[in-house]
Amino acid sequence: MSLAFDDYGRPYIILRDQGQKKRMKGLEAYKSNILAAKAVANTLSSSLGPKGMDKMLVSPDGDVSVTNDGATIVEKMEIQHPTAKLLVELSQSQDAEIGDGTTGVVVLAGKLLEQALTLLDKGIHPLKISDGFDRACDVAIKHLETISEEIDIQANDNEALVQAACTALGSKVVSKRKRELGKIAVTAVLDVADLARRDVNLDLIKIQTKTGGSVEDTRLISGILIDKDMSHPQMPKEVKDAKICLLTCPFEPPKPKTKHNINISSADDYKKLYLQEQQYFVDMVKLVKNSGANIALCQWGFDDEANHLLLQNELPAVRWVSGTDVELIAMATGARIIPRFQEITPEKLGKAGCVKEVQFGTSNERMLVIENCQCTKAVTILIRGGSQMIVDEAKRSIHDAICVIRNLIKDNRIVYGGGSAELACAIQVLQYADEVSSVEQYAIRSFADALEGIPCCLADNCGLNPITSVAQAKALQLKENNPRIGIDCMELGTIDMKEQRIYETLSSKKQQIQLATQVVKMILKIDDVIAPDDY
Amino acid sequence: MDIVGNVLPQVLKDEATEDKGEMARLQSFVGAIAVADLVKTTLGPKGMDKILKPTGPGQEMTHITVTNDGATILKSMYVENPAAKILIEISKTQDEEVGDGTTTVAVLAGELLREGEKLIQKRIHPQHVIAGWRIARDVALKRLRDISSENDIKSQEFHNDLVKIARTTLSSKLITQDRDYFADLCVKAVLRLKGSSNLDYIQIIKLPGGTIRDSYLDDGFILKKQITIGCKRRIENAKILVANTAMDYDKIKIYGTKVKVNSMDKVAEIEAAEKEKMKNKVDKILKYQPTVFVNRQLIYNYPEQLLADSNITVIEHADFEGMERVAAATGAEILSTFDAPERRDQVLGHCDLIEEIMIGEEKMIKFTGCKKNEACTIVLRGSSIHILDEVDRSIHDVLCVLTTTVKNRRVVWGGGNSEMQMAAACEEEAKKVQGKQALAIEAYARALRQIPTIICDNGGYDSAELIQNFNVELQKGNLTSGLNMNDGTIGDMQELGVKECMRVKEQAVMAASEAAELIMRVDDIVKCAPRKRDRA
Repeated sequence: MSLAFDDYGRPYIILRDQGQKKRMKGLEAYKSNILAAKAVANTLSSSLGPKGMDKMLVSPDGDVSVTNDGATIVEKMEIQHPTAKLLVELSQSQDAEIGDGTTGVVVLAGKLLEQALTLLDKGIHPLKISDGFDRACDVAIKHLETISEEIDIQANDNEALVQAACTALGSKVVSKRKRELGKIAVTAVLDVADLARRDVNLDLIKIQTKTGGSVEDTRLISGILIDKDMSHPQMPKEVKDAKICLLTCPFEPPKPKTKHNINISSADDYKKLYLQEQQYFVDMVKLVKNSGANIALCQWGFDDEANHLLLQNELPAVRWVSGTDVELIAMATGARIIPRFQEITPEKLGKAGCVKEVQFGTSNERMLVIENCQCTKAVTILIRGGSQMIVDEAKRSIHDAICVIRNLIKDNRIVYGGGSAELACAIQVLQYADEVSSVEQYAIRSFADALEGIPCCLADNCGLNPITSVAQAKALQLKENNPRIGIDCMELGTIDMKEQRIYETLSSKKQQIQLATQVVKMILKIDDVIAPDDY
Repeated sequence: MDIVGNVLPQVLKDEATEDKGEMARLQSFVGAIAVADLVKTTLGPKGMDKILKPTGPGQEMTHITVTNDGATILKSMYVENPAAKILIEISKTQDEEVGDGTTTVAVLAGELLREGEKLIQKRIHPQHVIAGWRIARDVALKRLRDISSENDIKSQEFHNDLVKIARTTLSSKLITQDRDYFADLCVKAVLRLKGSSNLDYIQIIKLPGGTIRDSYLDDGFILKKQITIGCKRRIENAKILVANTAMDYDKIKIYGTKVKVNSMDKVAEIEAAEKEKMKNKVDKILKYQPTVFVNRQLIYNYPEQLLADSNITVIEHADFEGMERVAAATGAEILSTFDAPERRDQVLGHCDLIEEIMIGEEKMIKFTGCKKNEACTIVLRGSSIHILDEVDRSIHDVLCVLTTTVKNRRVVWGGGNSEMQMAAACEEEAKKVQGKQALAIEAYARALRQIPTIICDNGGYDSAELIQNFNVELQKGNLTSGLNMNDGTIGDMQELGVKECMRVKEQAVMAASEAAELIMRVDDIVKCAPRKRDRA
């Protein structure tokens, strides 16, 4: 860090531990920031699109994960550079808000920064660049809305939804089974969707993973799957017409929170206490049994004696059910969560057609399935696959697909994929640029170039010549005034994305462009970085 | 630095590394192929074993494992390479899912990647390779299902199939000399399960001493425990009460209790009360009128003496698994409370004879003629614990394969027959496919054919010639031909009786393709900085 000295050669101390800090400012800071952010975007760019590649990530503990999901990649890379971290957050906010397009948003930001770098070299002030980007962004968003189409999500057996899910799954390792998985995701979402309110509570879709088998064995269970088994090995493995008692209190003598002491001072006391203790168990089981319940699910543990009493009273029970599962079961079966034994009443029981134990493979792992719940509002997707990594990646992919379908139910406007929407916006932005008389014109034009970068990147990943194919698509869009022309990634022989049926949600695209522009503007505003020197 | 020479800012943490493109791919190929090559030599009836020696200080250093089981080898290795870890992962899954073919799956994935590497060198995009593999996999699996046959579960043929499968599986293990003996033993054990796949009922007891031949199947159930001193050593027509209860002074479970007395008399009183409580419990137990009492927890001297006085044989401190098996085998309920003697008939287990037996030097308790005749015990003998461990793993593999077969029922011919047929199907398909994918389909066929090739190589035979002849036989229409590894010729698998479970093959092909695809798709490896451990 540069220092100022007084007449006697002593430095002026302005910052604490000034000597140990590193400072970058002006153009140097801009460029360093942009390069760091670009490095992240470059890593992700080869994952974009249906033919994108995966990344292998080794965690600090040596665990390996293989993924294609932008948000997961940047999260697991453990990025240290402060500006690059902004891109991580960018990807994550896209994930939180939309759930899909996490790679696209980072790649777009990277392209924008690339353009900003050339503009900076031309001597244009960063704020002018960011103003220009802002105006271009508005134009692009407006144009997106004009070219978007409303689709009837229920027509033709929800075909549109399945197609949209397939587009989301197309870039993942599970792409071979995208149609089957897409259908599973659509059915799952529609099962729990509230179409009147156009809302979907994703908590109701449980995604359970289990290694073994193949991705094809993935299936939808119209009920809940919990990774637990009956508390006593000799309890019945199947309960029909189950009346479920959902407890959040342990089958144990109560433990009051106030500190107390029971002093035993005579043999009588001792005996009394023993009887009392026995009585607790008997009462507990009786209370459950009397309510008419024929299965008890408990969030806590059981005492050995209580466990046996349950068995003796033919009351199958499950212990250590996780809190989220308890809530899910409550929602699905209409059961009320009962915090105290005294409060058990028949009305509070949940109903399900069948509760049974299922077993997988040769290992002795069993799971419990609750089927035909009273309010069939919860579903489970059981994902299978050859190894833990495949299963994990499949889980992330299905999550993406589910998010896309939810977004479509919320807002049924779509744009076409394959880079066609970006290309159409780029053309529109370029036209607008010529109308602007100030310096921003250059920035706006660069924004259009950055948008074109997305189809370029797509084509590149698919092994096509990026310049030729983008030029061809652009020319055709202008000539036919057809915003649906894109890149033929799957080599299906047509570049009209409507024919290829590559659907993307308008909300996701809009969000991508807006978020990317915002982050780029933020990075362009930083002109001074002060950091500890040990970077 | 980038190409033009600008110094790029450091984005990742110190010590973290990132490899891109070719470098990343090279790294994963090298790792995966190395792992596959390592287990390759254990494949087939003439495969070799590996010695696994643990690292680190302490007693465990001296405990080595000698094995031929792919999953065991791979599980025990510490590898750094992420792609190698994927291979180990699929081998483990194969073990959990079907129990056998753990080596095959790793080798097949490795061979696929070896072929894939060649294609990449020819400048074919990984996505095209994957597209080809996917077509090939489907074709191969379809052929596998087509060539498999099914017999009725009750028929004698099915029984013969099981014996043949067991023999085939055993032929690659240490006990290949005695495979007929063990095949028969395993089939008998599995058939007792009557279609259930719960291997819990088959207990394996390992006792050093004697020879492998001295191993036997006991149709009863053996508990590795001793009968408490002072009880009868032989009980006929036993009524068994299985319990999981504390047989000591029974702690009070109500929270916050404390004994606080003000005189010695009171102490004595409470002690008496404690004793009485125990006695009450024993009395309650006696109301069930059992002749044998098995408890998971310790039984203190006092109740033990009371029980022994009433002529009840006491077995204490049985392990949890053993308990569940006793309960399952004798049809007993595991009790923790004893207030319902009227349910006696439902809760008591029954068996014809309980006696203490000596196997080698150890005393054990044997339950014969149990109510539910599903349980049985395989007693393994052998000259050293290493041999016993390996035999145990082999027997486990066989039992898994057999239960899988009982469930799935489809069988294929062994001796590399199914792999060759699948390879042939892929090659036929390759001729029909347009585009670069066809090259990948051919590569898939070559990888499949590598499996019988490696088996030949491991046997020391001329693999090139044998495989060619094998192929010719298949083309001629001898669809049951396969490798005869005893003479190094092509034989008829029907005559030799070499059969394999279809499900094992199916799972191996599926898992290997999935793993190879996963590794193939990677173009970037990011290794995070290793977590720092405090060496405090």
